[in-house]
Amino acid sequence: MTEMSYRQALHDTLRAEMLRDESVFLLGEEIGIFEGSYKITAGLLQEFGPRRVRDTPISEEGFVGAAVGAAMLGLRPVVELMTINFSLLAIDQIVNHAAKIHAMFGGQAAVPMVIRTPGGGGQQLGATHSQNIEVYYAHVPGLKVVAPSTPADAKGLLTASIRDDDPVLVVENLALYNTKGDVPDGDHVTEIGTAAVTKEGTDLTVVAYSRAAAIALDVAHRLEDEHISVEVVDLRSLRPLDRETICASVRKTTRAVVIEDDWLSYGIGAEVAATIQEGAFYHLDAPVRRVAAAEVPLPYAKSLEHAALPHAGDLLAAIHETLDATGFAP
Amino acid sequence: MAVPQKRSGRTPRARAATAPASAPSVRPGAPKRRRSGAATPSGPSGPPAPGTDASGDTGTIPSVSSGLAAEPPQVLADYYRQMVLVRVFEQRAAEMYTRAKIGGYCHLNLGEEATVVGLMAALERTDYLFTTYREHGYALCRGIDPGRVMAELFGKATGVSGGWGGSMHLFDTDARLLGGYGIVGGQIPPATGAALAIAYRSDPGDEAEAVMCLMGDGTTNIGAFHESLNLAAIWNLPIVYVVVNNGLGMGTTVQAASGEPDLYRRGGAYRIPGVRVDGDDVIAVRDAARQALHSARAERQPMLVEAVSSRLRGHSVVDPARYRSPEDTERARRLDPVPTLRSHLIETGILDLAAVTKIEAEVEDVVTAAVTFADESPPPAVADLFAHAYATPVPNTPHRLPADALMVSEP
Ligand SMILES: Cc1ncc(C[n+]2csc(CCOP(=O)(O)OP(=O)(O)O)c2C)c(N)n1
Ligand SMILES: [Mg+2]
Repeated sequence: MTEMSYRQALHDTLRAEMLRDESVFLLGEEIGIFEGSYKITAGLLQEFGPRRVRDTPISEEGFVGAAVGAAMLGLRPVVELMTINFSLLAIDQIVNHAAKIHAMFGGQAAVPMVIRTPGGGGQQLGATHSQNIEVYYAHVPGLKVVAPSTPADAKGLLTASIRDDDPVLVVENLALYNTKGDVPDGDHVTEIGTAAVTKEGTDLTVVAYSRAAAIALDVAHRLEDEHISVEVVDLRSLRPLDRETICASVRKTTRAVVIEDDWLSYGIGAEVAATIQEGAFYHLDAPVRRVAAAEVPLPYAKSLEHAALPHAGDLLAAIHETLDATGFAP
Repeated sequence: MAVPQKRSGRTPRARAATAPASAPSVRPGAPKRRRSGAATPSGPSGPPAPGTDASGDTGTIPSVSSGLAAEPPQVLADYYRQMVLVRVFEQRAAEMYTRAKIGGYCHLNLGEEATVVGLMAALERTDYLFTTYREHGYALCRGIDPGRVMAELFGKATGVSGGWGGSMHLFDTDARLLGGYGIVGGQIPPATGAALAIAYRSDPGDEAEAVMCLMGDGTTNIGAFHESLNLAAIWNLPIVYVVVNNGLGMGTTVQAASGEPDLYRRGGAYRIPGVRVDGDDVIAVRDAARQALHSARAERQPMLVEAVSSRLRGHSVVDPARYRSPEDTERARRLDPVPTLRSHLIETGILDLAAVTKIEAEVEDVVTAAVTFADESPPPAVADLFAHAYATPVPNTPHRLPADALMVSEP
């Protein structure tokens, strides 16, 4: 184990996979000379050269589609989209092409590509630069979507994604890049499609992913002081979704709260809540609560932005209300 | 392991002719230099536009257009005042960013003042402007109160977008500034649509409305640019696309990013005439833009203007621009249009030192007042979070804060 930042874990993983496999190459805007908008690719151009670290023009649809084609010939492109917001310019290539090619051509071709991109609000970047739109992709059969919340999972999931033969969207988060944690040394692969119970508990399950999973863990630890035992399920993989781990936890705790940074309606939490009612209905002591962003284009002003996004306090309130509604006494 | 190859500047492409569709008001003529004194129209042949420096400007000498001498002193003094306003406003914005009064992304017009002032001088009150996230200067020169612009950067209710947009998203209906846009190229299709609305509702003519759509050099690589130019061409729309070429996307050069690095030629595929102009020359920029706007409003001929200047600082205030060579940074400083115009005004006796200093002092006061106004203004009220949910109110609009329960279900 080595303690490092989420950013460092991503960087080191890219480097390790490029060393391991000649067919892995990077492309994206400003990833080379500029060293990446968020410096994930710092130093890689110097080390690997422009053949394998390819700066692109601002042409998202073009270069994401080019990655699809390169992958069809067996390369393993790892695309960086500067933020998930700009994936919308490439959504046709992602949804209509990357996701379809394997099935639509009867399994003859695979598209072993990765798109890495950060989402997240809270940085006062305004309505178009603060979105959590991973659900658009999690909705689509043929894609795999992962969202690591820790440096260890950043390594494990990115490694798995690069080695996977399907198109995988790796959703990073602006607010997580500087967070630190222990990362296993050497080869470390986290299986796509599996959630993690990051803290065990008996009274209530919090389901979350990405930044919200970090908040959930923090809140769960804080509630120990109040003798409230919260279990945290970090989804890690949004598609496929590990429904069994979610339901197993709720069957045990009998109460569930979902926290997510995306908008409530039709969000990831909606899928989780539907899963719980189907898989753990007879164990539930209270309705499943969802804590999610207010349904507005995110405002720039700090005061409004703060009000619109979910925070630890909102999760605490929802947990307490859920416990109170069932007469829970610690 | 492959060795990184130095990206040497690409040799200039063959000067393929671009053929304007209809006879545009800008006459064709082969460009000679990246930085010429004035408008350098594209096209197969013909005389260079008046003021074109075909003598071989190396691009290292700050150019002063011959147009400057012919300009009334009062006009030049006014342009200088506006350029200083942009300069001081941006410097103060950078300072306020480091003091955490401004958040998010903040992109400055430093180094682009002559382009900003020249373009806005060409625009009529009745014209519409669509621009990018690097737009503070345009808002100021469109006549919007600097206090309201600074207040937007501060995220205050008194800001031009009510604190909802921030630095990247300035908007003012009265000034017909129809938005700064943060998605690269996002403004281009809507600007084209605004030109469609004008064409839909009114006839061409000398007084007709037109649209100016600004974008950076890097933005000409996005699909929306090409789709929009094509639409404007086939629909004969009154629009001028302006490429503000500061040589860089974030850190990517025009040479590295564009198959056709002579950006004014990129309209050629759609038979949209292009013209390149020295963006450090306020008069040259104004005249080129005016001419292009005239073609747009009177002939419904969409036009492309490329204004070449330099970015004095990083891509945004937080970018230390380590990827830039010292020579490039030094060159940008040497070409700085603000001191260049200042020296010209003093040397030619248009203004004496006292007059120049007075302008600068007045601008300082204006910007200081803007900062005070922004600082003392209230933030938008959280109670108004859903105020702009929809233009037409609709039942069941979600008005929920993150901790609110969606519904109540009693046991
Ligand atoms: C679709 C999209 N992709 C990427 C970005 C990130 N981005 C913001 S500005 C910029 C560079 C734009 O360069 P240019 O068009 O030359 O304008 P300049 O900033 O130099 O004025 C990039 C890549 C974005 N905002 N939108
Ligand atoms: Mg640029």
